[in-house]
Amino acid sequence: MKIRLWKDRWIRRAFFALLILTLSVIAFIGIGLTIKALPLLEDQSLFSILTQSIWSPLKGKFGFLPFIMGTVWVTVIALAIAVPLCIMASLYLVEYASDRLRNTVLPLMNVLAAIPPVLYGVWGVLFVVPLIADYIAPFFGSSTSGYSVLSGGIVLAVMIFPIMISIMVEVLQTIPAELKSASLSLGATKWETIQKVIIKKARPGLLAAVVLAISRAFGETIAVLMVCGNIPQVPKSLFDAGYPIPALIANNFGEMMSIPRYDAALMFAALLLLVIIFGFNLISRVILNKLEEKV
Amino acid sequence: MHTHSSFQTEETQTVSLPVLPHIQIKDLNVYIEDKHILKNINLDIPNNSITSIIGPSGCGKTTLLKTLNRLMDDSKNVKVSGSVLVNGEDIYAKDAEVTHIRKKMGLLSQRPFPLPMSIFDNIAYGPRIHGERNKKVLQHIVENQLKNVGLWEEVKDRLDSSATSLSIGQQQRLCLARGLAVQPEIILGDESTSALDPISTQTIENLLIDLKNDYTIVLVTHILRQARRVSDYIIFVYNGEIIEFGKTEDILLNPQHELTQQYVRGFIS
Amino acid sequence: MSTIKSRLRKEKIAKLFMQFAGISITGSLFLIIGIILFKGLPFLSWEMISQVPQGGFYIGKEGGILNAILGSLYLAGLSTVLACLLGIPIAIYLNIYTNQSAALVRASRLLFDVLFGIPSIVYGAIAFSIMVWLGIRASLLGGVITITLLTIPIVVRTLDELLKTTPLDLKNITTSLGATKWETAQVLLKYIKPGIFTAVLLAFGRAIGDVAGVLLTTGFSDNLPLYIDEPAATLPLAIFFQLSSPIPEVQGRAYASALILTFVILFIVICTHILASKQKKHKL
Repeated sequence: MKIRLWKDRWIRRAFFALLILTLSVIAFIGIGLTIKALPLLEDQSLFSILTQSIWSPLKGKFGFLPFIMGTVWVTVIALAIAVPLCIMASLYLVEYASDRLRNTVLPLMNVLAAIPPVLYGVWGVLFVVPLIADYIAPFFGSSTSGYSVLSGGIVLAVMIFPIMISIMVEVLQTIPAELKSASLSLGATKWETIQKVIIKKARPGLLAAVVLAISRAFGETIAVLMVCGNIPQVPKSLFDAGYPIPALIANNFGEMMSIPRYDAALMFAALLLLVIIFGFNLISRVILNKLEEKV
Repeated sequence: MHTHSSFQTEETQTVSLPVLPHIQIKDLNVYIEDKHILKNINLDIPNNSITSIIGPSGCGKTTLLKTLNRLMDDSKNVKVSGSVLVNGEDIYAKDAEVTHIRKKMGLLSQRPFPLPMSIFDNIAYGPRIHGERNKKVLQHIVENQLKNVGLWEEVKDRLDSSATSLSIGQQQRLCLARGLAVQPEIILGDESTSALDPISTQTIENLLIDLKNDYTIVLVTHILRQARRVSDYIIFVYNGEIIEFGKTEDILLNPQHELTQQYVRGFIS
Repeated sequence: MSTIKSRLRKEKIAKLFMQFAGISITGSLFLIIGIILFKGLPFLSWEMISQVPQGGFYIGKEGGILNAILGSLYLAGLSTVLACLLGIPIAIYLNIYTNQSAALVRASRLLFDVLFGIPSIVYGAIAFSIMVWLGIRASLLGGVITITLLTIPIVVRTLDELLKTTPLDLKNITTSLGATKWETAQVLLKYIKPGIFTAVLLAFGRAIGDVAGVLLTTGFSDNLPLYIDEPAATLPLAIFFQLSSPIPEVQGRAYASALILTFVILFIVICTHILASKQKKHKL
């Protein structure tokens, strides 16, 4: 009898230790990156690092603006494509579609979510890049290799479809049927009810889905790297090449040891990603948890 | 069309109606996922009076209410056959336009569900949907309807605050005012006081009694005493069938059918 | 005045838009798989999956990507095992040993959600600098550690979600029979067994597809991965490298490799789906 209780107590302690150990990884990563990134701040202020656009590691110049703008461009393009499509599609799935259609489409979204980034990259190179070089750019009267922020944005948009759809569908399903009935019985059409009542009520949840998608987009490395050209410049148009922050880290690790401060600069890039993504994730999760508790 | 109609059950209780009844239900059958929820309902609902639908829970009374404004259409796997005539028009006819039908009927649900907007916008919602843009007119409607439900004095200084800031009793009155703002002819209540405290319940009941001069009111309730307090007529539904229909006093004091007797005396619930 | 006709027309147009959105989103999935299938199928051969790269492989000569396939299987397999060894106890602890409303539990769930969102490139970057600091070169071990960290949150969150929804009765019955928490945990683990396989598959799928984490920590090698302290090839990285080659034969092999990876992922997804519906039935 005693042995059982004794065993239980030790298992509890061991499991608790595991929990703390795992969670402390996040603190560990944060601290580690900060220590490694600090040397960069010795000869440049944080402000100048973030706003300078000259990137020339050999001369010791580390201006992050091109990379920040590269990330911002692809993310904004991805959102501009994915947000309206996902909101419309999830509204359709929840408000109009039959159970059968919904139960077919949602598992397909799981398939889309399971496709590894590198395959999205292959698809981007084989389909999106030529599409832009041969059709879309000429249509707008410009010429491009196709390796552009637009390609990155399109590939990224498809990558964030599943996470947005699954959260948005969940959020829309929490809206009480009686609220819809209330609007419908006043003689509103379904679409009027969606526009004026459902979207309004679902706004925090939809926003959380978007924020979560943004943080996914910020961190996506390989798929975007494969299609967006990787030239350290501030993109001026949809068809310009861009160089997002994760791609910078992935592309330059090999050589960073040989150039002074280069490793600090790359660690700074990683820290930047960590901080932004951590913050965004935290915000959206807190919103979603609150919504869940309300139901 | 007949100018005089009557309702008859096997128990031969007859209610005579002087004019064309507002709502006539003919051979109505409702199936949900192959379950026969409502069976061969035939019914004329009297005008300008309160009719209560009573019966044990799960007997189909709420379904009956919701078929009246076609809210059942939105639930999946529902099949409706038969017809419901409102002012002689079949709302289940193929060319019937559902928003038009629903506008004629205000729904007061179990719990108040204020729309996620201000008090003013809640009431202006319906008129705006139906094309009213004039601000003066809208203000007039809002004020009138709030006065109608006795809420004006309580909220006139905070029309712009969120409707959810009201107490639950106030919210239910707001929902009633919201329904009245689209000028319906019929009010449907689905256990509309079940979430309210006794005082708010009384307020709503008194409002409904006042309103019956202008509207035809159909209530679903599971509280017999409420049915006695407010209604002129009572429909007793059991297991998807109408067992008995008649004047309130007849049904409560002198029920004909054995099941009605048992229900009224509290043997089945 | 908006007439009823124009209101209904708006409804129709909106519905069309929604259908278009749904079709383009679902369509993108088929487009991706379709294009990889179309491009990869002609280059797929037995040689591809049965041989390691021979001399001149990267200029289009003999060989296959067995090294990368095995490397990925080892890497994903080992990381998944480790992630489960760490993750299952944590999920049990959060659900059985603690008060559900405790701040610790809520904070932990939140943190695991956040950890799940941190991109693999960040894990890779920090792991790489630690390895440099310790003087360890890129190796299978480095990759396994990085990917384990990446997959723990998946295991924990999937199981936590399942355990959270197990009927309270089941927990109470076993406890009221006088079982210790650990004994209760064992009963619950049996109960959610299909769910554990789901978590394993999800973690494995994420692990086998990751590039950014292994790019910096695992390196690449043309040899079969025999030792844990040596660099190893992985399938996604093989795709990435071959695709950037200018030689058509090598690019073709990249497509074929992509197709192989697609098959692996589809296989995992289908298994997950079957297991998930099994768990659902189990619950009823």
